[in-house]
Amino acid sequence: MSAATGSVKRTPLFETHRQLGARMIPFGGWEMPVQYAGILEEHRAVRERAGLFDISHMGEIEIGGVGALEAVQRLTSNDASRLSVGEVQYSVLTTPEGTFVDDITVYKFADDRYWLTVNAANIEKDVAWVRDHVGSVVEVRNLSDDIALLAIQGPRAREILQKLTSVELSKLQYYFFIEGDVAGIRSCISRTGYTGEDGFEIYIPPQYANALWNTLLEAGAPAGLQPCGLGARDTLRLEAKMALYGQDIDDRHTVLEADLGWIVKLEKGAFIGREALARQKAEGIKRKLVGFEMLGRGIARPHYAIAKEGNRIGEVTSGGPAPSLEKNIGLGYVAVQYAAIGTEFDIVIRDQPVTARVVRTPFYKRQRYS
Amino acid sequence: MVPEGLYYTKAHEWVKVEGDRGQIGITDFAQSQLGDIVFAELPQVGRSLRQMEPFGVVESVKAVSDLYCPLTGDVLEVNSSLESHPEQINADPYGGGWIIAVKIADPNELKNLMTADEYRAFLAAEDH
Repeated sequence: MSAATGSVKRTPLFETHRQLGARMIPFGGWEMPVQYAGILEEHRAVRERAGLFDISHMGEIEIGGVGALEAVQRLTSNDASRLSVGEVQYSVLTTPEGTFVDDITVYKFADDRYWLTVNAANIEKDVAWVRDHVGSVVEVRNLSDDIALLAIQGPRAREILQKLTSVELSKLQYYFFIEGDVAGIRSCISRTGYTGEDGFEIYIPPQYANALWNTLLEAGAPAGLQPCGLGARDTLRLEAKMALYGQDIDDRHTVLEADLGWIVKLEKGAFIGREALARQKAEGIKRKLVGFEMLGRGIARPHYAIAKEGNRIGEVTSGGPAPSLEKNIGLGYVAVQYAAIGTEFDIVIRDQPVTARVVRTPFYKRQRYS
Repeated sequence: MVPEGLYYTKAHEWVKVEGDRGQIGITDFAQSQLGDIVFAELPQVGRSLRQMEPFGVVESVKAVSDLYCPLTGDVLEVNSSLESHPEQINADPYGGGWIIAVKIADPNELKNLMTADEYRAFLAAEDH
């Protein structure tokens, strides 16, 4: 979704964010709200109640035609043939080297129609990549300007959203989606998110973005729903160890090095990057993305060096406070001999080594009720 | 909120002068720009600081920000309660959120700082 003003793009909710007192920042070519009431308060709202996010900056690419599945299979590392209609899959657009063009979610609308939801900063690159790597029998459409996207996340998200839709949300499983009306607006409701909580992402035509945003905030107010910005989105996703493109994953690190082997399906047949990933899997990776918590006083930040006895062994990709854990945590690539759970190393903060320890991830895991 | 009687730096620190003691913190504008402060790194008592020398760091959820000493002097005292409760800087930047106190070496350096009126004008100009 975009409305260009100079080179910085804005979502249809830009003025609404300003009226809510949001602080706006540039993000991936977009002017987006980083916070409203404050990152910590918004983070807690999502963990304890519910938060509403404008993520209309994200992109959507449709792949249609009889060759659609074949095209998606060739472009991505996960196995899209396992999807049923109405199902979502986390996946990767891979380079021939097995690194990331982008991390994406794949939506199966029909046997001959799939959607890729992609990162905002990568929309043009991804569209060009997809067009360059599929045959002429499929139709590739960039729908990004025609779709707005809101995310309602948190333990009370379902009850709030249920007030506005006749779709029976309790029957919509995690990583499935359904088309239906929300507040009278034709929507695609997806039970997905980037926070580690239960929640929904709602795809709608951009002209209804403000109506849906306001209706959701009103319906959710009694349950404590709050508008949330990219700041809380980042602390929430880090606690849940969800990778951020451009920080934790990029075109210099492979999907296996990023510890995402579970979405590399070598047995599914040919795909871009398969040979490189098969070779790397056979030979073993030399570096790996690990999660760590700080034992000493200090906060790890992207690009800080990771060291062992004074020797550089890796680099931090994401780091910050984990408000739900009351710890400081981070992600970084380290040489594999330092990747085992319990390994201690130093994060170099302003030239001083501060001890950290490799821990199991995700750092935060929500309570699941049946 | 810019209290009268304090002196201000362009880096958004304040200093309150009482005799040869200068108590130092960051302004309400600074804490509001940073957002939730989650970490403070403070100097040792006794360290000698020059005017506008970096003496510590505060970190919000997203940002790392250096602190600059408004006046030359030796550190007399640090607000060590900030190590466990850095959020006091957000809650009370001119009171409980003070950061260090120095023994002022040269009162003439005050002329390099801004008065409350000047700092207000500086903020208004920065806003545009």
